Amino acid sequence: MKSSRLLAWIAIAIGALYFIVPLIGTFEFSLRMRRGEYSFDAYQSVFSDLQFRATFGYSMLMGFLTIIFGMLLVVPTAYWVRLRLPQLRPVVEFLTLLPLVIPAIVIVFGYLRLYNSSSWLPLTNSTNGTNLLLMFSYMTLSLPYMYRAVDTAMRAIDVATLTEAAESLGAKWPTIMFRCIFPNVMSGVLSGAFITFAIVMGEFTMAALLNRPAFGPYLQLVGANKAYEPSALAIIAFAITWLSIGLLQLVSRFQKTAPAKA
Amino acid sequence: MSFLTLSNIQKSFGPVQVVKDFDMAIEKGEFVSFLGPSGCGKTTVLRMIAGFETPTGGTITVAGRDQTSLKPNQRNIGMVFQAYALFPNMNVAENVAFGLKVAGKPKAEIDARVKEMLGLIHLGHLAERYPYQMSGGQQQRVALARALAPKPQVLLLDEPLSALDAKIRVSLREEIRQIQQQLGITTVFVTHDQEEALSISDRIVVMNAGRADQIGTPAEIYNRPSTRFVANFVGTLNLIDAKVIDPGENRIAIGDQGVTLREPVAPAKAGDTISLALRPEAGSIAPDAKGETALTGEVVSSNFLGSVIRTRMKVGESVISFDMFNSPGLVPPAVGETVTLRFTAGDLLIIRD
Ligand SMILES: Nc1ncnc2c1ncn2[C@@H]1O[C@H](COP(=O)(O)OP(=O)(O)O)[C@@H](O)[C@H]1O
Ligand SMILES: [Mg+2]
Repeated sequence: MKSSRLLAWIAIAIGALYFIVPLIGTFEFSLRMRRGEYSFDAYQSVFSDLQFRATFGYSMLMGFLTIIFGMLLVVPTAYWVRLRLPQLRPVVEFLTLLPLVIPAIVIVFGYLRLYNSSSWLPLTNSTNGTNLLLMFSYMTLSLPYMYRAVDTAMRAIDVATLTEAAESLGAKWPTIMFRCIFPNVMSGVLSGAFITFAIVMGEFTMAALLNRPAFGPYLQLVGANKAYEPSALAIIAFAITWLSIGLLQLVSRFQKTAPAKA
Repeated sequence: MSFLTLSNIQKSFGPVQVVKDFDMAIEKGEFVSFLGPSGCGKTTVLRMIAGFETPTGGTITVAGRDQTSLKPNQRNIGMVFQAYALFPNMNVAENVAFGLKVAGKPKAEIDARVKEMLGLIHLGHLAERYPYQMSGGQQQRVALARALAPKPQVLLLDEPLSALDAKIRVSLREEIRQIQQQLGITTVFVTHDQEEALSISDRIVVMNAGRADQIGTPAEIYNRPSTRFVANFVGTLNLIDAKVIDPGENRIAIGDQGVTLREPVAPAKAGDTISLALRPEAGSIAPDAKGETALTGEVVSSNFLGSVIRTRMKVGESVISFDMFNSPGLVPPAVGETVTLRFTAGDLLIIRD
């Protein structure tokens, strides 16, 4: 009893060291831009870089759009599969897992083949078309996480009976979807959204090959050409991640519904 | 014309026919229970009335209008589910208001109706609570209020009490019946619990393998079961095999004891075996009883059930149970003792399958 608890603490300590030591090291290094003393010069340099602002803003926007459209795609799909096509569940689960199995580079080459300027749907002809294609790529990448998170949240409520209850009270499907289903799977949508955001902020392959000014390619560029700024960027990225987690916690705490039962 | 009619309803899932030739006419304001064992098709019939399933044959009308092809959200039928099915993201008041909001009622009217409904179920003080903050019994009352709020034409309840514990089950069923009578709403109540059905219904439909075996008032169903299935399922009737001795005189024999029945034995012929039903509370012990309306046998068990003592005795090949009211002076018959049970000729009913 006592010794197993001690072992648990040792395991936690080792795990913590594994995460924290590199972080401290990176942070320490990022402060060393000025010779002989610690300073935030590297951060200043990053924040004053116009390209940082542009790419960061672009990826944030793409992140939000991906989340919104991903949600609109995944929630009704998961709902429909649970309600009407339960025999298709294994198929849909398999499909949503494919982006984990197929490398991003393969997916993006597939897209480029399908949607290039001489194809039947030349999305890459215009900037907005390419942006759209990039957003769809991000949706594909986030699908495994988004679908699973939403599907798990749906398991906690009895989707079929809630739907029938709403129908017998006269509701039509938009009402059922947005007033009875969405609010009850919000916890799943939020955790899916958080992961999606993290993926989009760091994604390199798709953005680079579609030649869009996203944050991932920028990180790569800076990392290849500068010394201290990459460390500062890494710390900034961590801060954003933690902020997202904090916000997620806050939101789920203020949600007025029951804690979802697994 | 009846308010809610089901005419020749059929329902198959693939090759399996689960509802067969179901006919039923329910009057306005009537409380009808569908009673039957699990899997006999009660829920399926209810879901066809609600519109969640489409009959493979037959028609359903409400107030003279054919509903068979209407969608559930066009039928104006209130539904209460076994698992409550309250919307977890809405509090009590919002749940009750849902149907009214969907119907686009003005806010003042909604507020007034919600208040009225919460008063009806005595939960006005919990309007702000969320479903997960309430007991099962409270949630089911909210579900009832939610179903009733839009003033449905018909109220359907599918085993609404099955998930609750015994005490609440009894008090809530009385509350449901009282609210139903107060509002005069036509109600169909599904249950597999015969006591529940007997205690609150105007009429009961006993269902067996997708068919209505018998339709009648609780007293009719209990006192005069028309099939062996109904006799077995409702109450604790004794089913006794008897041999016909003389059809002309309605003479039969149970074991080697002769009895004369009141109802005609025909078309059974001498030597045929027929089934008789005897309610446990019909007879009483009479040591000196002789003759045509008494049976003598050996006691095989005697159980104290609180208000009654249930004794089982062996007569020929049959075991017959009978109840005696408990009283302080009563000495229950001992196992192995020979007792004589007296009843009237009309208590022995012939069951034809
Ligand atoms: N959607 C369905 N698909 C196939 N079979 C079903 C379906 N719904 C019900 N059944 C079958 O129909 C029969 C009657 O079910 P049900 O009406 O739920 O019975 P009850 O409510 O009396 O317990 C059962 O044998 C059940 O398995
Ligand atoms: Mg059922």
